[in-house]
Amino acid sequence: MDILRIATAGSVDDGKSTLIGRLLYETNSITKDKIEALESASKRKGLNFLDLSLLTDGLIAEREQGITIDVAHIYFSTPTRKYIIADTPGHIEYTRNMVTGASNAKVSLILVDARQGIVEQTARHLSIASLLRIPKVIICVNKMDLVQYQESKFNEIQDKLSDLVHKTTFQGQNVSYLPISSLFGQNITKQADEMPWFTGNTLLQELETFEFAETLAQAPARFPVQFVVRPMTEAYHDYRGYAGKISSGTFKVGDEIRVLPTGQTSTIATIEKFENSLDQAIAGESIVMTLSNDIDISRGNSIILASETNVPSLKDFSAHVCWLDHQALSAGKTYLLQHGIHTTKAKITQITERLDVTQQTSTNEVGQLNLNEIGKISLRTAQAISADIYAENPSNGSFILIDEFSNSTVGVGFVD
Amino acid sequence: MSTNMSAIHDKIGQFPRELEDESIYIMREVAAQFDRPALLFSGGKDSITLVRLAQKAFFPGKIPFPLVHIDTGHNFPETIEFRDWLVKETGAELIVRYVQDSIDQGKAKEESGKYASRNVLQTVTLLDTIEEFKFDACIGGARRDEEKARAKERIFSVRDDFGQWDAKRQRPELFDMLNGRISVGENVRVFPISNWTELDVWNYIKEEKMEIPSIYFAHQRQVIQRDGMLWADSEHLNKEADEIPFETTVRFRTVGDMTCTAAVSSTAVDINVIIEEILSAEISERGARIDDKRSEAAMEKRKQQGYF
Repeated sequence: MDILRIATAGSVDDGKSTLIGRLLYETNSITKDKIEALESASKRKGLNFLDLSLLTDGLIAEREQGITIDVAHIYFSTPTRKYIIADTPGHIEYTRNMVTGASNAKVSLILVDARQGIVEQTARHLSIASLLRIPKVIICVNKMDLVQYQESKFNEIQDKLSDLVHKTTFQGQNVSYLPISSLFGQNITKQADEMPWFTGNTLLQELETFEFAETLAQAPARFPVQFVVRPMTEAYHDYRGYAGKISSGTFKVGDEIRVLPTGQTSTIATIEKFENSLDQAIAGESIVMTLSNDIDISRGNSIILASETNVPSLKDFSAHVCWLDHQALSAGKTYLLQHGIHTTKAKITQITERLDVTQQTSTNEVGQLNLNEIGKISLRTAQAISADIYAENPSNGSFILIDEFSNSTVGVGFVD
Repeated sequence: MSTNMSAIHDKIGQFPRELEDESIYIMREVAAQFDRPALLFSGGKDSITLVRLAQKAFFPGKIPFPLVHIDTGHNFPETIEFRDWLVKETGAELIVRYVQDSIDQGKAKEESGKYASRNVLQTVTLLDTIEEFKFDACIGGARRDEEKARAKERIFSVRDDFGQWDAKRQRPELFDMLNGRISVGENVRVFPISNWTELDVWNYIKEEKMEIPSIYFAHQRQVIQRDGMLWADSEHLNKEADEIPFETTVRFRTVGDMTCTAAVSSTAVDINVIIEEILSAEISERGARIDDKRSEAAMEKRKQQGYF
């Protein structure tokens, strides 16, 4: 059984929480006691229908203000798949949460209010989905009930959206458009009887049939060493195992490998998962690797195939960053850079561009980047990092920046 | 049973192995990033799952951190018996601290009335234990599917020195990169099975052929009926005059204290039947947790005060 991770995005009041509530309700993922709690909460609010948005708007502050302020994770499953939804808020000031929620997603679900059409946030979300190389985007034109389910209204919005998508998308990204009504369950898991003119998939069909062929297993082989297992017991006296999660590609027993940054080479003796020995392991698997000879490897080193000619090693490079902190990013400042599990100091030498993701334009030579801004920077690290270009191998091409004094995660970067 | 059985079988599916890989990765990050981590062990199925994951993460080495049990004194005896067996089996180190000691020292006050439980008092003992051993990371078995406030929790959740959780101050977690850097006095709660659902846990227990405490399976027990739930009778339960214990066949779906976990009527003695029961159940898992019924925001309030 596979897992499909979805990130949802929208603006204030476009009915995102209701959509998720509806998806859970119609896939029988809500138990009777929760529905009862929902009924009584809806009644207290003076509503004569089930307010499905109350299922996900969890925090006290949110219920007071009627908004969603942080990433919530929601789970449901069908016989085909397990789904994890990262429900991210649409407020401009919480864009950092959107990037956070979307960073693990394979599908980005973007909501547009049928009455309002495209708003600033729509462009922002499409840009972020592309920056993060999310392979599938589903744009739901919601609240079709409020425009009398008119086909012309949907077509008009879709045409404008297509123009915008054309500017933001990348090759290989799959974008689809659906007219829906979350409130009345139109085109969520069941065909919309109010919109016979629409013959495409329901939202659930789109999710169930999306194939994210495991391109990761074919990507260049990268294995960051997380932990060195040295039991030092009688039975395992000289045992040295290198534990970690393969970030991309495939490793096989007998493969010649190279350790970065030292450059030493060896051969894979075993690949182990607890008590089982494997012939090979692929991206995403947490394994322990042993090598045929004793070489010096510690946490933060990366193992790649010795046959690889394109050795990932960066010290001076440029990257796109999304800034996540109230204290702005300024050129000349030093941060801690964490690439996967490897941390080193990094100096921001220059901020070369600031992107306006809503207008698809950029400004050159910028002094600083503020919270929720996206820009292009040049940086230099103390130790080389074994990163790939994000667009070529996303699972080994991102990093975070940490403030040395507050210890907060203040930025996320994508290697150019 | 009203639910269509074939629909249930469709839904059982398999345990998504990706979840285990993710959790083992998190366990290894804890061991690598912190000086003094600990695994908070309650004896419930979620913390038993954590022990299994820790065992796998460091094999053939031993689990490199202790298991910490905050003993309320209201535990089911079967849970304690199981805990001691598991410690022996895995060779892990066990640290036990008692809520009774916090009460005796005047740091915590026993609740009164028929709903009295020691669930809230645990926080006091937990924070003292963290201070005593200078733990900088505590691994817990919370899952995001359990409850609305938990749905917003990070995998590395930074707490101040009062153990408080601030939903608005949470660090963003991007991709699988975990930032465990903290200042003096702060500590981190780590939730390796954040992305598991109750069904995932049960499917894992089944596929891994793991042992679990006997009270998860149907057995005869003295119970009372209160608020539409079955409460285990014990010396710790404050009963009213008309609450007469009777014997029936029950099992526990979630295991906390005897005073805050309700039983469900069940004859399931086999894990397959338990999984079927969960899928056809009309009550969600935390519905059997009496402590959450206190108010709609009960969990969030407890988390702000340092509960995990």
